[in-house]
Amino acid sequence: MKLGKQSWRFSNAVYLASTGTTAGPLEKQGPIGTEIDKTYDKLHCGEKNWEAAERTLMREAVDICLKNVNKKPEDVDFFMAGDLLNQVVTANSIAKEHQIPHLGMFGACSTSMQTLALAAQFVDSGFADSVLTAVSSHNATAERQFRYPTEYGGPRPKTATFTVTGAGASLVSKKESPIRITEATVGRVIDWGIKDVNDMGSAMAPAAADTITHHLEDTGREPSDYDMILTGDLSSVGSPILREIMWDRGIDINGVHQDCGLMIYSPNQPVFAGGSGAACSAVVTYSYVANQLKRGKLKRVLVVATGCLHNPIIIQQKESIPCIAHAVVLESIGGE
Amino acid sequence: MEFLWAFVIGGLICVIGQLMLDLFKLTPAHVIVSLVVIGAFLDSFGLYDKLIKFAGAGATVPITSFGHSLLHGAMAEANQHGYIGLAMGTFTLTSAGITSAILFGFIVALIFKPKG
Amino acid sequence: MGSINDPKQYKKNIKAFHPKTNYFVSCLKAFIVGGFICLIGECIEKFYLAFTDFNQNTVGNPTVATLILISSLLTGFGVYDKFGQFAGAGTLVPVTGFANSITSAALEHKSEGVVLGIATNLFKLAGAVIVFGVVSAAVFGIIRLTINNLLG
Repeated sequence: MKLGKQSWRFSNAVYLASTGTTAGPLEKQGPIGTEIDKTYDKLHCGEKNWEAAERTLMREAVDICLKNVNKKPEDVDFFMAGDLLNQVVTANSIAKEHQIPHLGMFGACSTSMQTLALAAQFVDSGFADSVLTAVSSHNATAERQFRYPTEYGGPRPKTATFTVTGAGASLVSKKESPIRITEATVGRVIDWGIKDVNDMGSAMAPAAADTITHHLEDTGREPSDYDMILTGDLSSVGSPILREIMWDRGIDINGVHQDCGLMIYSPNQPVFAGGSGAACSAVVTYSYVANQLKRGKLKRVLVVATGCLHNPIIIQQKESIPCIAHAVVLESIGGE
Repeated sequence: MEFLWAFVIGGLICVIGQLMLDLFKLTPAHVIVSLVVIGAFLDSFGLYDKLIKFAGAGATVPITSFGHSLLHGAMAEANQHGYIGLAMGTFTLTSAGITSAILFGFIVALIFKPKG
Repeated sequence: MGSINDPKQYKKNIKAFHPKTNYFVSCLKAFIVGGFICLIGECIEKFYLAFTDFNQNTVGNPTVATLILISSLLTGFGVYDKFGQFAGAGTLVPVTGFANSITSAALEHKSEGVVLGIATNLFKLAGAVIVFGVVSAAVFGIIRLTINNLLG
């Protein structure tokens, strides 16, 4: 059911039935490393190249997600997945392996909530009984596609973000489980003129602010109605900017705002301003946050996955970075 | 003394590069390209040769010396063969550097695996 | 200053949120590391002068080649990029940075094969240096040669 201008309320009960997360070595050493289902000690994840490593991360996340609820790929109606590589090749490869009817998705780092929102909508409207979603990113595949070769010594500024190596998968279904998906807000593309790809936090903060503002308007809620408003990858630069933008709009999110990019790494790790990438919001949401919701430690969380929709060519052509944010509300149905 | 000047002059050229990165927000590629062009320019009036005589490796190791060597080799040939000589001599002095960079780069790429 | 919600002024208004670059520290790091690489170069040069028949005019060749070998190996072992993040221009500006740009590009594209991966991408980053070096040498060369000719 449409709610306000750009939100949906899932009037039939839709649940986050299962999740699966995988990550690389740096994420393993991070504060939520123990919450992640499977971690690798090597960035290559036992594969011969980076792209194969990213496929392994997504394949494992999907397998874990299905295994948690004793499902097989053929039990799932649709697969919605995306990643950061050209033509979302990682997601397409996994879809090929599992032979589930597949919709490739691209929303850059916002793909995690884009897929989750649409999966919930499919199930809510009765077009599917269960939908599997997955996103992945890999530090080295992203580096070589968007920046420089991984061994290149050119220094990066402090505002840069560090692409998370990992993958997150989720199963959305009608079957009752501890986490309910209640609302979603589809974001608009916002571009306030930032051209620096080493400053994506600043570029994405206005997109996150736009989506949060409209979400609160559409649902008629206050920030305090949420235990946590979780942004995807604004990092230590974009997070305070978002809070300032919201404060200026008369909305105080200071007490409830958290950022996945700051939760996945500890401040002493060499990750510049914090984590980014499609897996950043997915890994944090589907591991730590999902566990907190299951236990009832968190009651209602707004996950706002933020994404930069540029490619290296338009940046070299001096265009600014178009950004988007999609939001999904997750609620605990009780817990202990 | 030669060692000290190599350190100081080499370090100062790197500081110029660092200021280009920090102050002018240039990309690494723009910094290197600018320094090469500056090096070629300083070959005029033998300025860079004086710097090499003074600082040794402090002037030959930074990338500015690449621009200087390209022009220096070109001018040496040009003195004998005129404008055509410019094209003949461009790579004479930099041959060792470019050849070894290609060769070692290729061999290392064959042997190693990127670490990330 | 105006509101942070003004998209036109946004870029200017968020400057306060950006971490400050300590120019002194970054320049000091570049100075020490860059100077140290040149010092190593000077030592290598002295070595070749003492033990081989290279003279003051030709000794630059083996010196640069040796530094390039060291840099290529450090790139292969995956440590040059770590130095680079610390030293900034200190490892970028010396000829070792040039070798790193060639080796890192070749290494990164190894997975696409020897011809289309390594060989095609070898000059992906370093190509600009050679292009601008040659073009600027040609421009300055033509100017200087013309002036010399005019002056007789």
